[in-house]
Amino acid sequence: MSDAPIISIRALSKIYHVGDVDVQALRGVDLEVARGEFLSIVGPSGSGKSTLFHVLGGLTPATSGAVVIGGKDLAAMTDIERTVMRRSTVGFVFQKYNLLPTLTARDNINIARHIAQNPAETDGKFQEVLNLLGIAHRLDHKPRSLSGGEQQRVAIARAIVNHPAILLADEPTGNLDSDNSAAVLGLLRDLNERTGQTVLMITHNPEAAAYGHRIVQMRDGRIVS
Amino acid sequence: MINKLVVENLKHRPVRTLLSVVAIGMEVTMMLTLVGMSRGMVEEAARRARGVGADIWVRPPGSSVIGFSSAPMPEKLLAFFSKQPHVVLATGTVTQPLRGIESVTGIDLGPFTSLSGGFRYVAGGPFQGPDDLIIDDRYAEQNKLQPGSSVMIWTRKWRVCGIVEAGKLARLMVPLKVLQDLTSNTGKLTQIFLKVDNPKNTDAVIASLKKEMPDYQIYSIEEFTSLFTVANVPMLKEFIGVVVGVSVIVGFLVVFLSMYTAVLERTREIGILKSLGATPGYVLGLLVRETALLALAGSVFGILLSYVTCWLVFKLTPLTQHIVPDWWPIAGGIAVGGALLGTLYPGWKAVRQDALEALSYE
Repeated sequence: MSDAPIISIRALSKIYHVGDVDVQALRGVDLEVARGEFLSIVGPSGSGKSTLFHVLGGLTPATSGAVVIGGKDLAAMTDIERTVMRRSTVGFVFQKYNLLPTLTARDNINIARHIAQNPAETDGKFQEVLNLLGIAHRLDHKPRSLSGGEQQRVAIARAIVNHPAILLADEPTGNLDSDNSAAVLGLLRDLNERTGQTVLMITHNPEAAAYGHRIVQMRDGRIVS
Repeated sequence: MINKLVVENLKHRPVRTLLSVVAIGMEVTMMLTLVGMSRGMVEEAARRARGVGADIWVRPPGSSVIGFSSAPMPEKLLAFFSKQPHVVLATGTVTQPLRGIESVTGIDLGPFTSLSGGFRYVAGGPFQGPDDLIIDDRYAEQNKLQPGSSVMIWTRKWRVCGIVEAGKLARLMVPLKVLQDLTSNTGKLTQIFLKVDNPKNTDAVIASLKKEMPDYQIYSIEEFTSLFTVANVPMLKEFIGVVVGVSVIVGFLVVFLSMYTAVLERTREIGILKSLGATPGYVLGLLVRETALLALAGSVFGILLSYVTCWLVFKLTPLTQHIVPDWWPIAGGIAVGGALLGTLYPGWKAVRQDALEALSYE
C-alpha cells in the first residue's frame, strides 16, 4: 500500500433539487484514500454514501468542495471530461450488476475496453484475473444464462479490465445470497491484495464492510468515524 | 465491437426489428412500384406505338402524347394525306376511353394490316361481324377470355373473334365504323398513321405537312415514341413527387416511433454505457448505426418486394410495372435519410439522458 492518497476529498457537499425542495445529500465530507487501500463505507439509507459513490465516479458533479482522483480534480471537469475520466480512472460494480443483456459476458468486458479505446486483446495478467474470478469458462454466455454471483463477477471483470485507478463497488452483494456474497467479497479482497487495486465499497452490511482495511461510517451526509 | 452491439440489439428485439424493416421496405416498395408502373405505362404505350409500323403519326391540335382524347380529326383528311408525295398509305383509328386507363380502339383492319404487317393471332381471327372484338393475349389471360367469349363494353355485348400477340397499337380493338357510330364520332378519327415509300423521305413529308397543317401534331415514329416519358404525362411527375414525399414521412414516423421506443426500453443500457465512459457521440453513433442498418435491410427488402409487386401488377391489372434498378439507390437513400431524420430526436434524448437517472430506470 502506498502512502500517497489516490483520492482526496475536501469539504465536499452535494445538494439535489427535488421539485422546490433542496436535499443536502453531502454536508462537507473530508476523506483521503491511500493507493491500494480497500475502504468500506457504511451507513444507513439516506446517509449520503451512494451520493459520495456517484460523485467519486463522476456520474454527478459536486455542488462544492474538491474531489481529486489520481491528481485530477473532478470539480474542474465538464460533463464530457468526467465521462472520459470514467473510462480509465474509475471502475463501477453495481448492486444490480448492470450488464448489457444483449451481449455475452466476454463482450460485456470487451465493450468497456472498446469505449476506453483500448485494444480488445487483454494482457496475461487479466487472464489470471478471469481465472481468479472463476468465470473464464462462462464468458460466452449472456447475462440471462448466468447466476447472480456469476453476473457480479463479470461486472467486476468489466470494472477492472481497463486497470482503473479506483474500483467503486456499490452494495456489490446486495442481490446475492450469503455464499455468493462471501465469494464476491473474497474476490474483491483478493484483487486488492494481488493486484494492488484500490477499492471503495459501499455497504450497509457490517460483515461485508469487515472485508476492507478500513471502515468509514457515514450519517446525514457526513463522515462520523 | 460497436457493430456487434448494434446487431445484438437488433437481434434481441426481433419483432420490433422485423416490423421496422417491413415498414421501411414498404416505403421503398411504394416508391419503386410507382416509378416502375409509371415507366411501364409509358414504355408499354411506346412499344404499342412502334408496333403500328407507321412512319408518320398525326395527332389533333392540342392533344397530349399519352391521352384519351376522342376523335377531333375529320376522316376526310385520309384522302388528303393519301395524295401527298411519297405517302403510300394513310389510315386512322378512333380511341375511346373505357374504364381506368383502359380504352377501346376502332380500326380499319384492311389498311391497318397493310400498315403494320398484320396481327399475329394466338387464337381466332379477324372481325367477322360488327360486334366482333379483337383482344391481346394479356387481356385474354387476365380476363380468362377465348374466341367466342362475350365481353360487355358499355351496354353492348361483343364477341371475342381473335386473340393477338400484345404490343401492337391497342389491347381492345373493334371495327372502326362501329365505334365511330357508337360514340357519335361518325367520320372522325383520333389519330392518323402514314406510311411513306421510303423511310428516308419521312422528314421531307413531315416538313411539307407541317407547312400545310401548322396546328396539327405531326411526328416521325422515332420522334413520337421519344415523347413517351414520365415527364410528358400530365401530372405524373407531380404525383410521383407526392408519393415519394408521403413515403419519406411514413419512413420518418416508423423509425421515429421505433427508435423512440428503443431509447425508452434501453434507458438503463444507455446509462450503463455512459457509466463505462461512453460519450454522447458514442451513444448517438450506436443509434445511428442501428437505424442505418434497419433502413438498409428495409431497402433490400423493399427492392425484393418490388419484384413481387411487379408480378402482381402483371397478373392482376392491365398495367405494366418495370423493375427500376436506377431508382434503387434513390429509394434506398430516401429511406435511409428519412430513417436517420427519425432518429434525431430519440438520439438527442438518449444523449441528454442523465447517467444516474438512466441507471436507476426500471
